[in-house]
This record gives sequence, structure tokens and C-alpha cells, in this order.
Amino acid sequence: MKKIIIREEYCMGCRLCEIQCVVQHSKTKNILKVYKGKDIKPLPKIRVEQEGYISFALQCRHCQDAPCIEACITGAMYRDKKTGAVLCNEEKCVGCWMCIMVCPFGVIQRNIEGKKVASKCDLCTGEEIPACVKNCPNEAIILEDRK
Amino acid sequence: MNYVIIGNSASGIAAVESIREIDKENKIILISDEPYLNYSRPLISYLLGKKITVDKINYREENFYKENKVDLILNKKAIKLDVERKTVTLSDKQKIFFDKLLISTGGSPIIPEIKGLHSNGVFTFTKLSDEQKIESYIKKNKVKNAVVIGGGLIGLKATEALIELKMKVTIIELANRILSSTFDKKASDIIKNSLEKIGCKIITENTVAEIKEKSGRVTEIVLKDKTKIKTDMVILAIGVRPNIELVKNTPIKTNRGVIVDKFMQTNIKDIYSAGDCCEPTIAIWPVAVKQGKIAGYNMAGLKKEFGGAVAKNSVELCGIPTISVGETCPTGEGFEILEYNSEEKNIYKKIIIKNNRIVGFIFVGDIEKAGIYTNLIKDKIDITGFKQHLLKEDFGLINLPKEYRKHLVTGMGIEI
Repeated sequence: MKKIIIREEYCMGCRLCEIQCVVQHSKTKNILKVYKGKDIKPLPKIRVEQEGYISFALQCRHCQDAPCIEACITGAMYRDKKTGAVLCNEEKCVGCWMCIMVCPFGVIQRNIEGKKVASKCDLCTGEEIPACVKNCPNEAIILEDRK
Repeated sequence: MNYVIIGNSASGIAAVESIREIDKENKIILISDEPYLNYSRPLISYLLGKKITVDKINYREENFYKENKVDLILNKKAIKLDVERKTVTLSDKQKIFFDKLLISTGGSPIIPEIKGLHSNGVFTFTKLSDEQKIESYIKKNKVKNAVVIGGGLIGLKATEALIELKMKVTIIELANRILSSTFDKKASDIIKNSLEKIGCKIITENTVAEIKEKSGRVTEIVLKDKTKIKTDMVILAIGVRPNIELVKNTPIKTNRGVIVDKFMQTNIKDIYSAGDCCEPTIAIWPVAVKQGKIAGYNMAGLKKEFGGAVAKNSVELCGIPTISVGETCPTGEGFEILEYNSEEKNIYKKIIIKNNRIVGFIFVGDIEKAGIYTNLIKDKIDITGFKQHLLKEDFGLINLPKEYRKHLVTGMGIEI
């Protein structure tokens, strides 16, 4: 499957990936409407971690042996058979946060706008290249075909 | 080659999935004593509280059995097991032969001996049929008051659902506080205060001595100290015990549950057990899934070990998210406690450390990135180098030693 590879040595900590992730997952996909207008601003599903000179952008690793799928009590967390991505069916999710309890990367968040659901990277379903990768100015996150 | 799985919940379904990863052809027969395709038991409180509709309670889709080529036998109970002849006898006398068997029969609610227990309006709360009985009883009898016996997770989720239905709930707990097995006193108090704010009454260090009825229906409970509480309904939620009736009078070794080795196999070859019915286990969903999965792999011939588990629970109560993992109320020497407490934000965090390793934590109100801590416990990571970051708001993977975070989980392309 296609995976997002993190190259922390290239990350400048500019957080453009976070902004583009928010825009991509918004209703209008219009940056001005999301940041200055009335469109609801979704949570970024990617987050830049920074400590001194080190920084990297982190999102769901779509683990082969995904603990979040095992822990999910509703069956909402599942693996997409075609792409191999770990996705959350927000219709089924009840917000019990078992996934947050077990994710070793800490990349699943509570989305409490409206119905409470687990929010995580969906590799920008339908897009050829995820928004974060496409907009990273220094190739600190790249998309590669890995098994 | 014939796989037989008894039980259609977390472990049984996980076993189907792992068997089919390896063996696409051989027959799988799955037996359930319930009439439903499959559903998630923890969701019954969400259903009762009308947070979900019944069509959302299924755990796997309807086509799951067809896709995985499973012969599903519903509404029949496995009543006899013959380990010599390798057969399971069902409640309708039908005999099923197996090459490999998985006993994933789960747990049953513990029923205390209380006078008047068999009155109408007294329920347990672990199955969908329980929820349906409760729902129709509430509707039919216009129930306004309920008593929940047991202040553990099941009792509190039931309470929350009943409060959603505008009922007045009294919790009776034997210990000196609610959630005593998973929380410490501070965390228990936060939930207790929130429950009391929405009108719930909590009585601790007490127990029900008698359930009184009038024309067959429950009207009142009498506590050990003679206190009387009027009620229209009682829910028993004092715990579950492993369902091991089937293996009684067989050579399969049991203690409290069916005893298994690290491959989830019982002392009898080709007979496996997983989930709430086996031992050692921790009766929580993720462990049942993991054990079922491991059992399935081994049944299909791929040797895998169950690496053990720590107790962990995640539950949102009164809108407050909570996660507790591992040892949360340590007794004895050598423990170090890190604590953050903000009454204003309703946040409480406690991390328990021993020999420079995290052995447990409780997060109330803010559960972000809890999984990182869970894994630090699981992997027994020395936290000396980053201890000062553990309770910081921006704590993250970046604070962990590089060599650890780089190989946090295995698999190409997921390393950081």
C-alpha cells in the first residue's frame, strides 16, 4: 500500500501540512472560508511535533497490526480492503475512545463538534496524493509504495 | 478439516478473521445461543440511552459470514463437549464434529443471592436481550425510578443510559467508592460528583438485603442497614464470571475460567479458548479480540503467542472522557506518583512509576495521546530521560528516545 514516509531531517516545522489537512477535510476546501469565513474548521489529522531543532509531521501510520482496530468496540475502525488504509466509519463510532487508549503514536483525537467521533488520518480518501504530502515544501513527508 | 467456534462475539469473530487470513478453504462453523447475526455487547448501554439505533449495534456487517465462508448456527446452545470423539452437541441434539475447536463462550453476570430476586423488574445488563427486556419494561410500566446494584463500569454505563431516559437512579455499591477497581479515589470522586450533579444518588459500603414486590413487580429495596428505597426497577451489575459450563465434566482444566497456554490452547490438543471465559485473561474487549485472533492463527497452523495484557479501560461518563491503564492504586513501597490536577478544567492526571518505568495511569477529562503511555507501560521503557515531559500539554512521540520511537511498531513504512 501507499504509505506516508516521515523524513524528520527535512522537516522545518512550518506546519503547512496541518493547515492543508484542515482545508482538505473542510466542507468548502477553501482556505479563506475555513480560516476566516464561516466554514467549520475540522481538527488537523496531522500534527507537527517540535522539540528544539527536531521536528516532524505525524499522522496515522496505518499499522499492519493496528491496535485501534482490535480495540474498537463498534467495528467502526476498519481496514480498507483496496488501499490498506485504517479508516474510521464515523457513522458507527460512538466515541468510547478505546482507540485513543491504545494508539502508540497518539494520533487519534476526540472530535466533539456535533456527534462525538474519533478523528484520524484517512490518507485523503479519493485523492491521489494526500494534501499534507502534496503541500510539504521540503519533501519532509513523502508518499511511497511499501508493503 | 473443520473449525468449530462457540461464541459469536469479540473472540469468536476475531478468530474467524485470523483463520481466514491463513486458511481460505476449510470449513468454519460458528455456534451462537443468541438469535442475532452479531452485535457489540458494550453498545447495549448506548442503545438503552438512545444514543444509537438498533441497526447500528452490529459489530461486523451482515455479509461477514458469507464473505468468510462461515456456517452460522444461531439460537442453539452448545450443551455437551466430547473431547475423545471431538464432537459438540447442540441444544437440539445435533452433533457437530470438529478438528479444531474454539471455546469463546464469554462471561455471564454474577447473580447475588437476594430475597425477592425473581420479581418482575429485576434485570441483568450484559446482552442485547437484557436491553430489550429493560426497554419494554420501562415503556410498559412507565418506570421513573431505578436502582443499579454495582458501581463498576457496566453499572455506571447503565446508570448513564437510564438518566438519559429521565429516570431517577440510585447506585448501590459495596466498596467505599464507585469504580473502585479501575480508579483511585480522586478519579472516582470526579465521576461521583458529576453523577450527583445530574440527580443520581450514590450509596456506598452498603448492599441490598431484600427486593420487595407487589403483585409480582418490584416496588422497593431494603438495604443491609434497613434503609428502604422505593423503586420500579433493579439492574444487577456486580460483575461477570467466565462461562465454563460446557467444559465441566470434561478433561479440560479449569480454574475460574478455562486454563489456556500462551498459544490459547487448553490442556487438550486442538481445543482452544479465548476471551472472558478463559484464564489468564482480563475481561475487556481488546483482550478478547487479541486472544481470539491469536487462537485463530494457532488453530490454522500459524504459531503465535499471546503476549499478555494489562488492564485498561476507556469510558466516557457524564461527558467526561476517562482512561485508566495498569496499576492505578498502588500499595506498598517504591512507587513514584506524578500528578496534575485542575479542578477548574475538570482535569485529573496521575502517572504511577516504579523502577523508572510507568506501571499505570489515570486520565480524567483530558485523554489525549493516552496510547503513548499505554505503550510505555507495555514495552517497559525507562522514562528517566524524558520524565519531566510526561505531564506537559505538548508531550508527544518527539520526547521519546529516538531508537524507541523509530521502531515503535514493526512493518514497512510505519516507522518514524
